[in-house]
Amino acid sequence: MIDRKYIGTALPQATLEIEKGRLRFFAKAIGETDPIYTDEAAAKAAGYSTLPAPPTFIFAAELDADTALAALKDMGVSLARILHGEQQFTYFAPVCAGDTITVDSRFTDIYDKKNGALEFIVKESVVSNQHGSKVAEMRSVIVVRN
Amino acid sequence: MARLAFADVNVGDALPPLTVPALNRTTLALFAGASGDHVPLHIDTDVARKAGMPDVFGHGMLSMAYLGRFVTRWVPQAALRSLDTRFVGITHLGNVITCTGKIVGKEERDGEKLVRIELQAINQFGEIKTAGEALIALT
Repeated sequence: MIDRKYIGTALPQATLEIEKGRLRFFAKAIGETDPIYTDEAAAKAAGYSTLPAPPTFIFAAELDADTALAALKDMGVSLARILHGEQQFTYFAPVCAGDTITVDSRFTDIYDKKNGALEFIVKESVVSNQHGSKVAEMRSVIVVRN
Repeated sequence: MARLAFADVNVGDALPPLTVPALNRTTLALFAGASGDHVPLHIDTDVARKAGMPDVFGHGMLSMAYLGRFVTRWVPQAALRSLDTRFVGITHLGNVITCTGKIVGKEERDGEKLVRIELQAINQFGEIKTAGEALIALT
């Protein structure tokens, strides 16, 4: 069982520079063919300053920084036993290439079901850009198969 | 993209479905690199089997990215207010995922006209793999 003392724990801040090449790679990986995600001229014609990050891309910040998974390991969770249970994004402003986002997260709940056979870790995050504006909020539920 | 108007859409309307190619190992490798999710369960068969899984399997966030594509081909991304998903089943190699959606609500909040879309990603056997909801703002 995961120690409930971790409820409320803040994760180290994760920072991600949004790069055009990485956005094009992401578009390729998800099969995105809308040119606004790969072609700057198309993005500008659609009203963006440059390539926009697709809706789920910002999730990469804490993966690149290896903050969230490292925190789970520190809590004694085996990464071979985890599944992603739920994910939520709420959007306040666009994120585009050239932006630098920072993610501030906290584990807000840990609970179990089936007499501890499954444990659930809830993480809530605020995503800000280089101007200090909140661009998104994220909420994740991670399932641990014990 | 033709701009949809709030008045043009109705509860019960279905969005045009999006079917993506059968899940394969190349896609998993590319998505691991592009998304930053290097958890070996998705890219290393040995690790997946040791963890009791039949083989590597799809990242939940890959399914969610497909649902993001599905919504942003219908309305511009700037209209997207929220995207929520529950990963209810594992997407296995060979699964052909189709994203579907239907409008389940229209509401006005904080001066915005919002449309609520129920989302599903289902495989070729009709099994729901990902369920969720998107909230979009129309004028």
